[in-house]
Amino acid sequence: MVPNVAGGEADPGVSMPRDTYLKAFRGMLLARTLDDKLASLYRTGKIYGGVFLGRGQEALSVALGLSLRPGDVFAPLIRDLAGRLAFGEPVIDVVRTFLGSSLGPMRGRDGNVHRGRPREGLLPMISHLGAMISVVNGVLFARRMKRLGGFVGATSIGDGGTSTGAFHEALNQAAIEKLPLVLVVANNQYAYSTPTSRQFACQELADRAVGYGVAGHTLDGTDLAACLRVLGDAVHRAREGQGPQLVVARLLRLCGHGEHDDAGYVDGRLRDSTVGRDCLRVAERVLVNQEWGSLADLETWRAQAVRQVEEIVASVQREPTPDPFKEDWRALASAHLVGTYDEDKSGDGPGLRST
Amino acid sequence: MSITYLEAIREAQARALADDPRVFIYGQDVGAFGGAFKATKNLAREFPGRVIDAPLSEDAIVGLAIGATLEGLRPIIEMQFADFSTVGLNQIVNQAATLFWRTQVPCPIVVRLPSGGTSGGGPFHSQNLEAVYAQWPGLVILTPATVEDAYAMLLEAIAIDDPVIFCEHKLLYYHLKAERLPTESLPVGKARIARQGRDLTIVAYSAMVHEALAAAEELAAEGSQIEVVDLRSVRPLDTDTVMASVARTGRLLCVGESWPWGGVNAEVVARVASEGFGLLDAPPQRLNAKDTPVPFHPHLWAAHRPTAGSIATAARKLLRQ
Repeated sequence: MVPNVAGGEADPGVSMPRDTYLKAFRGMLLARTLDDKLASLYRTGKIYGGVFLGRGQEALSVALGLSLRPGDVFAPLIRDLAGRLAFGEPVIDVVRTFLGSSLGPMRGRDGNVHRGRPREGLLPMISHLGAMISVVNGVLFARRMKRLGGFVGATSIGDGGTSTGAFHEALNQAAIEKLPLVLVVANNQYAYSTPTSRQFACQELADRAVGYGVAGHTLDGTDLAACLRVLGDAVHRAREGQGPQLVVARLLRLCGHGEHDDAGYVDGRLRDSTVGRDCLRVAERVLVNQEWGSLADLETWRAQAVRQVEEIVASVQREPTPDPFKEDWRALASAHLVGTYDEDKSGDGPGLRST
Repeated sequence: MSITYLEAIREAQARALADDPRVFIYGQDVGAFGGAFKATKNLAREFPGRVIDAPLSEDAIVGLAIGATLEGLRPIIEMQFADFSTVGLNQIVNQAATLFWRTQVPCPIVVRLPSGGTSGGGPFHSQNLEAVYAQWPGLVILTPATVEDAYAMLLEAIAIDDPVIFCEHKLLYYHLKAERLPTESLPVGKARIARQGRDLTIVAYSAMVHEALAAAEELAAEGSQIEVVDLRSVRPLDTDTVMASVARTGRLLCVGESWPWGGVNAEVVARVASEGFGLLDAPPQRLNAKDTPVPFHPHLWAAHRPTAGSIATAARKLLRQ
């Protein structure tokens, strides 16, 4: 239960196949490209509500997504675009949700990062931090009751979310039940504007693993190779039956909490330190240094990502938006329990219902 | 043979476990111990691996149940006391109650809430939270008043594809008895006329049905015929049955054991006032617990909640109007 520490700036040597690294890099690149496009759409007023980016967290997120398999369950948090795409979420689901297309998985009922397909193992987060962890526990618990095996559940949270009661209850619950849970904490130094010094007093968040009776890992979240290695190892251990794995990555959020936030509160010294490195730039340097790709290759891959994103955005922008007159204003699955008391009472608008 | 309200709840769970392999029970002390009130007595032994003790973590208990529904299971959660469910409120109202609306994937959990005051219970073991939960769309709130309903409605709750808050009243656990378990029942969503009368309608639910029936008996001796409507479920709320009763009597008194501000009584009065104003011969009235936390001492507790006596007093006043 001694935390395994991996990664760091002085680790340019990468002992993994080129294809593994490159696949992860291109996942990061696609996520960054899509995030940049979403930010641009937000600035031009094309997106209702907020836009929350994963800039600076792509290495950690993609490594988690790539470590999972079809049949696993994943409850991402707000900065997990790279992990979602790597896990199999189609780019079009992302764009449709942000733009409010009625063809998207959330159909205008929920937006931005609150999307998912629970039947396919991708759980849609609610905004209350820590709340998804026990839901993942429930999926894993139910599968064990059904005598299924070989699966893991993964979920992400930030440094701020570790302060919630829900986080504590759920990690403790997973430990008691020895569930194959991988809980990834992106310590990105700020919860909105609150620095870690106002969030916790322990030296390392991963030190808490001992207290919960789970395995702990820490790593440099700006180092893609370290992320792939540690997440791959943690997921493997969980799948093998070694119980919950708490993975804590150090990195810096390279954007505001949302695009409405200029992040003026971020300490410049953090930006200039190794924790403030941009994981995408670090990975590009590794690719070039390892001679796994040339500068021209990087340009080609970037252009391909841009083209893919632009095509999907252009197509989704032509899609229908939700129609309040056709909306099924019903919160219950049981149609027979939906009352008609308030239906169409206004007489001039979409029917309202109350039970 | 006779069976209590509490035994009916145990029997309903036993039957659901026997009939449906998707059902399991999760909660504090529900396993070998059989639950704080023994509502799961012997179930862990009869159904190994399906009646499971949980840590004291109401948020994670509900969260786990929600996750299990995604795998097709039908969890029953026992909150040790309704009061403690507020610790799991977030998962109930923000996760379970929104899941179907957001994703079209149903969330069939049953959260059992041992509710209501008992002598000596005090502020944190006596609450009635049906009105709190009824405020959120996406939940079904059941408030059985009889042994038969405790059994039949719990079985129906387990079959419902939505999150159900099952408010079972602790005061009824041991005292309320029936000869046998029911073989048929009104469906959820239908209120029941518990006593017929033509002078005044008392709308009540859960333990207050029995206080209302006792008040009606008292008033019958004085020549007034009181109709008592047992709502059975507060959401859905059977407005039609209430309205039909008010159409017969012209007078409405709503009785609830929860607090006065907002709530089920306020909703019933609002619906009758807006839809059935012309049916009323007097302003509709409501009677609730006093607007303080629930007191511990029996003398204070007995005066805090509506009783047959205070209901009869309110009814007499309304009959004179």
